[in-house]
Amino acid sequence: MIPTNEISITFPSRSANEGYARAAVSAFAAQMDPTLDELGDIKTAVSEAVTNCIVHAYPDTVGKIYIRLKSFEGNILEITIRDRGLGIPDIDKAKTPLFTTGGDDRSGMGFTIMESFMDNLKVRSKPGVGTTITMRKKISMRLGGLARDKFC
Amino acid sequence: MKIASRRDGGKLTISLTGDLDHHAAKKAIPEISKIIDFEFPTSLTLDFKNVSFMDSSGIALVIGSFKRAGTIGCSFAVENVSKQANKVFDAAGIKKVIDITEEKILTR
Repeated sequence: MIPTNEISITFPSRSANEGYARAAVSAFAAQMDPTLDELGDIKTAVSEAVTNCIVHAYPDTVGKIYIRLKSFEGNILEITIRDRGLGIPDIDKAKTPLFTTGGDDRSGMGFTIMESFMDNLKVRSKPGVGTTITMRKKISMRLGGLARDKFC
Repeated sequence: MKIASRRDGGKLTISLTGDLDHHAAKKAIPEISKIIDFEFPTSLTLDFKNVSFMDSSGIALVIGSFKRAGTIGCSFAVENVSKQANKVFDAAGIKKVIDITEEKILTR
């Protein structure tokens, strides 16, 4: 599949950049005319993934976080978030609701939220190499905005 | 994230303003604990009216505050939760345990 548009951003794993990552993804997704609810879902999923990189991939260092955004025909948004951090030894365990290796300020709900707020989630990870997560969501076509321009 | 508290007898309301993500929660969680310990209320309400965004960090904050309130026998509730934040609370299923109410949508 050839993307209709794509953007890459790279930023250091500082928690102050979480808001930036959400805003950047929102700005890209806005081209696809999402509803406010869809945009909320996307922002939440991105926030979880980026927080995972900051808290778990680079716990004691500042490393780079890579985000790639693609849009496909049929109003499909694909978000890839990658780090070169510690990696996840047991992905199934990490995905278990309420399981966390973080402290009291973490809830262990990150993967559960990514899974339920997006249509599709793929996690690839290798200890010592890093983690790549790919999420997809189909943005509804509305008879107004983009959809109207295309079909009417 | 800005945190403000107001007291009315034994009732304490803590209002949060801004995005409630991991960056904000790191500072907000200890700050709220400090306020609870200092004020020693009989009832605590977290007002989410001005929370513009919330991810799972908000779950940790609410559970932490709930536990802290519980240790001093103080009742606990969360109010004016946005639709987006409510969905995050729903995913965690904590509304079975904690009193969380959605923002009232004003109709003209």
